[in-house]
Amino acid sequence: MGKDIIIVGGGQAAAQAAQSLRAEGFTGPIRIFGDEPHAPYQRPPLSKKFLAKEIGFDRVELKPESFYTDNDIATHWGTRITEIDRKGKRVLTADGQAYDYAKLLLATGSRVREINVPGFEMDGIYYLRNIADVEAIQSHFKEGARLVVVGGGYIGLEVAAVAKKHGMDVTVLEAAERVMARVVDPIVSHFYERVHREEGVKIETGVTVAGFEGESHVTAVDSGEGKLYPADFVVVGIGIIPNTELAVECGLDVQNGIVVDENCRTSDPDIFAAGDCTSHPNGIYGHRLRLESVHNAIEQGKTAAAAMVGEEKPYNQVPWFWSDQYDLKLQIVGLSAGYTQAVVRGDPENGRSFAVFYLKDDTVIAVDAVNRAPEFMMSKQLVHKKATLDPARIADESIKVKEIAQG
Amino acid sequence: MAKITYVEHNGTEHTVDVANGLTVMEGAIKNSIPGIDADCGGACACATCMVYVPKEWQAKMPEKEDMEETMLDFAEASNEDSRLSCQLPVTDELDGLRITMPESQH
Ligand SMILES: Cc1cc2nc3c(=O)[nH]c(=O)nc-3n(C[C@H](O)[C@H](O)[C@H](O)COP(=O)(O)OP(=O)(O)OC[C@H]3O[C@@H](n4cnc5c(N)ncnc54)[C@H](O)[C@@H]3O)c2cc1C
Ligand code: FES
Repeated sequence: MGKDIIIVGGGQAAAQAAQSLRAEGFTGPIRIFGDEPHAPYQRPPLSKKFLAKEIGFDRVELKPESFYTDNDIATHWGTRITEIDRKGKRVLTADGQAYDYAKLLLATGSRVREINVPGFEMDGIYYLRNIADVEAIQSHFKEGARLVVVGGGYIGLEVAAVAKKHGMDVTVLEAAERVMARVVDPIVSHFYERVHREEGVKIETGVTVAGFEGESHVTAVDSGEGKLYPADFVVVGIGIIPNTELAVECGLDVQNGIVVDENCRTSDPDIFAAGDCTSHPNGIYGHRLRLESVHNAIEQGKTAAAAMVGEEKPYNQVPWFWSDQYDLKLQIVGLSAGYTQAVVRGDPENGRSFAVFYLKDDTVIAVDAVNRAPEFMMSKQLVHKKATLDPARIADESIKVKEIAQG
Repeated sequence: MAKITYVEHNGTEHTVDVANGLTVMEGAIKNSIPGIDADCGGACACATCMVYVPKEWQAKMPEKEDMEETMLDFAEASNEDSRLSCQLPVTDELDGLRITMPESQH
């Protein structure tokens, strides 16, 4: 029996795991399979600086090619794994090659949710998940071009901000009553709606897309209520679906993500999973989470690597996330689901810098910080400690952030 | 281009050439030098790229913007020499720069 560790998936979690395996002192063979033609790269810039053409691929790739050769990591870019044979402990590639594993890591990430309304297959309708998507979208970047963004989540709004900066005519259609409704309080949603409008982006909430108009290329988006939004191109950002098919087909436990324990182990002791594709326990919140964030992919990559070499570095952290739009840096700590009170520090109605603290019966469970690094940095500790906070002290800006928890 | 020496907490030194336009953080990542995590990839959002830069070199670098300043203020193990290396663009002027890295970025 060999010692090979095989990693399926070539994204953030896979690259981290490969690096951490070597850092943990693993000297056996490591093989990574990724179905994209590129070595692992960072996705956040795809809707930010890379989309804006401010940086090139050399600055989004996670590691240079030399990293893999220097560390004796065999890479199979552009190669898809189509089957896991658990009995034989091997994986099969799309063209039928088999590779044995002693331990296997699934870091298959997620893919975009597609919109299934009439006309959805027309040219000019894009999603945003990988480099190829960005290139297609950029081919339409022309001053005055009309872009309709379907979905007012982070990615849709980031695309809108970049397109506006490039002089395009941008409309965002959101089905819910407010943007980013899934994750933030109305205070934050309304703040972002205001800023986008100030920047010249049209935000239309409560609009469910019923179809796309056009011959072969999209010319308008149909709201289904008699309203047409003319478009030269469309970007759809309505969420993601975890890539769990391989795990399902080989009989691993999958429930809204590949089920893993705090050491990233699946229901098969020799198979691990990390990143967007997992459902993992979180001790701070006391329930399972499936997260879509760089921090989660990095930390689970580290934990899985440790576990594969017999170390235990359980993953139990406060989630965090960021989003860049215009001159706004949003940093989110924790998960606000189930909060009983949202306390504001700063002035979201007029300014461009504030924080919202989400309390659940006096305990802080999450913070959204817009251009507020102190609140962000401090709240990482406060949420981890499950600090109880006095709303009056949070709101009082004469009290320093470091002293909010005292008194 | 600048020759930069990155010194790990345990004293291990790495001297590499870094192209203009990249950041001091990217110089470490691209050369697989351990000690800088850079979780956010340079978005000035994570503070896991903190390094110590001697004062005489800081004079050749852009001043800290508010975001960097406040992130550092709260980062573990930061002191007055601390900078976020993703906010430090490499120029010819930084040739010979020597920076040290903290024991851990978390
Ligand atoms: C546009 C955009 C902006 C984002 N912005 C932010 C942000 O600002 N902050 C943040 O924290 N997060 C952000 N995210 C989310 C973050 O990028 C993801 O959470 C992270 O990339 C997840 O890493 P991963 O390794 O789990 O999956 P991925 O990065 O999705 O990597 C998985 C890889 O595996 C490949 N793969 C899947 N199945 C197979 C198979 N069977 N065989 C071979 N290869 C396979 C996939 O094609 C993919 O390349 C953003 C995501 C996108 C798309
Ligand atoms: S890399 Fe995240 S702040 Fe520098």
